[in-house]
Amino acid sequence: MTMRMTKCSILAASIMALAAGVAHADVTLSVLIDTNPESIASFDAVSKAYMEKHPDVTFDVEQRAGGSEGDNIVKTRLATGEMADIFQYNSGSLFQALKPQETIADLSDLPSEAGILDSFKKVVTSPDGHVRGLPFGPAMGGGIFYNRKIYADLGLTPPKTWAEFMSNNEKIKAAGKVAVAQTYGTTWTSQLFVLADFYNVQAEVPNFANDYTANKIKYATTPAALRGFEHLEEVAKGGYLNADFGAATFDDGMRMVTTGEAAHYPNLTFGIGTVQQNFPDTLKDLGFFAQPGTDAAKNGLTVWMPSALYASAKSENLEEAKKFLDFVGSKEACDLMAKAVPSGPYLVKGCELPKDVPPVVSDMLPYFNTDGHNGPALEFLSPVKGPALEQITVEVGTGIRSAKDGAALYDQDVEKQAKQLGLPNW
Amino acid sequence: MRTRKSPYPYWFVLPAAVIFTVLFLAPTIASFWFSLTRWDLFTTQFIGLENYRQFFREPFLIQGLVNTIIYAVLTSGTKTVLGLLLAVLLTSGLWGQGLLRTVIFFPVLVSTIGVGITFSVLMHPTRGVINVALAAIGIHGPGWLTDPALALYSIVFVDLWKGIGLATVIYIAGLASISPDYYEAARIDGATRTQMFFRVTVPLVRPATVTVVTLSLIGGLRSFDLIWAMTRGGPGFSSDVLASVIYKQYQAGFYGLSTAGNVILFLLIGLIVLPLTAWFNRKEVDL
Repeated sequence: MTMRMTKCSILAASIMALAAGVAHADVTLSVLIDTNPESIASFDAVSKAYMEKHPDVTFDVEQRAGGSEGDNIVKTRLATGEMADIFQYNSGSLFQALKPQETIADLSDLPSEAGILDSFKKVVTSPDGHVRGLPFGPAMGGGIFYNRKIYADLGLTPPKTWAEFMSNNEKIKAAGKVAVAQTYGTTWTSQLFVLADFYNVQAEVPNFANDYTANKIKYATTPAALRGFEHLEEVAKGGYLNADFGAATFDDGMRMVTTGEAAHYPNLTFGIGTVQQNFPDTLKDLGFFAQPGTDAAKNGLTVWMPSALYASAKSENLEEAKKFLDFVGSKEACDLMAKAVPSGPYLVKGCELPKDVPPVVSDMLPYFNTDGHNGPALEFLSPVKGPALEQITVEVGTGIRSAKDGAALYDQDVEKQAKQLGLPNW
Repeated sequence: MRTRKSPYPYWFVLPAAVIFTVLFLAPTIASFWFSLTRWDLFTTQFIGLENYRQFFREPFLIQGLVNTIIYAVLTSGTKTVLGLLLAVLLTSGLWGQGLLRTVIFFPVLVSTIGVGITFSVLMHPTRGVINVALAAIGIHGPGWLTDPALALYSIVFVDLWKGIGLATVIYIAGLASISPDYYEAARIDGATRTQMFFRVTVPLVRPATVTVVTLSLIGGLRSFDLIWAMTRGGPGFSSDVLASVIYKQYQAGFYGLSTAGNVILFLLIGLIVLPLTAWFNRKEVDL
């Protein structure tokens, strides 16, 4: 009996020692995020605050390329089980392509999920109905950056229709300035006139996303949808572009529109982060408006959901990772991010931007604050997005191919994606 | 009739056979299999020849194919001709021959991606050194990499700059193996320098020519890194080659489809290079 007691107590003691050891053990969470300055600033803000509260946790942050190169890194690492404990990736259709129910940890039981807006939860929910991500960064608008100084000098006002936009371009060109910066050296930036036009497409064809997914409607044969491609063509033909549009890069574009080398630059509002980092002095000269459509009364903004932080389902530190992610989803962490990266609205209830945001941000907030003046981009409504769109829009934007041909070619490109996803009707 | 007995017992072959099977045979067979599936890295679904059908319907495949052949023929043809001429120059007892040989070989040592990035900076339409220099003498330089009609040829030029050193070195070795007796005999027969070049040098460096043509043709057909670093197949699709088309399918997540593209590239190289080598070898016997 005594013998047994001793054995038991030794066992108990060693279990307790082991447990205590685990509790005190330092945990290093590996993290994979992209190289965008906004992502880095956001992660710095939340991880520093978290480490102050939890001195036993450290982060090993690794950066990856964005775009389709980044897609491959994420997919390959998930498929081979080599994913970091926590990783950042797009929400919406790209998230669905990761087989989330097998590769990404379920976060639906985190307390912080209660404070996250439903519109975001929808785009990180796997087909089995579990929420698997937390918003990382602000929502973005797709539209047109403009230089407020040039606008003030020439007495222009931000346009609400495409016709007004083109007449502004004409005046800017007449004043001897570059009207529209385009940066086809970074090919993804060429898609903006098409993608950011989606709010206008939907205003005219309300059921476009569903019909498009069901293969009932096409870009080339829907005038409202074709317009995005035509805009690209018109801007190139009008001679409004910078001389080096074929080789310029995204950073060049943000520089040009901020410093007044160009009056407009179509892009996503996350470009504000680049300006904050590279040209903080001229940030006040930067403005923003939604891509103008046909009807001034129906002017509105195409919105991109932020990317999300996910935990790998195979993570060895899953519990610790989930605890950290729960913090990221809290209002406290959101306020920190909103202070670090005030480039758009955050998707956590009660989380607000600081009062003194730069004009480019205050320009976009009205679209968010008024109902019916913003709508999600097509990639959050439909899983169908052709991989060659950026090459096709470069062709249309440089005059190699006509708008009509480009749209028809894109319809063909999309078919491949739909078949790969095994969608019905394709 | 008995088969000739191998000088090695079978267990001697085993280590090499295992390495060959695991590292070469199995992946090759696996890729043939994956090319017949819809593969998203997580699951596979057998879909027969659908990937091949899709690949041949690909609107840019024809352009990619034509570009691949233009690229391969131009680079390998020029490397052969210029490589031989440079080799003759650099073995002719020229002053500073050693230094010149080093200079011509130097680009071979540099990373292709590095060369690609460097040249894409030099060829920038407005800020690049090339066009800035041209502007200084009053010429409005074209968009070397942004003009769809020029992009592929600009890359060919850089490929030549980078690859010609290797061809030259192979030819220098080939020239060194020609016995001076032939030239002496030709000189006694009263042959001119041009005659000696075409009647003695060219036929006798044939083994070097075979090596240069085969290597540069295979290299040209599957060329990827330089094109990717310089234009990513652009602008639009104008400098796409088979390898970049395949890579883009891979980037888009169409893994089965891109594997099918790789099988096609494999077959294409085989179909062009095997008959060519066979033909070269036959000529060599005739000689």
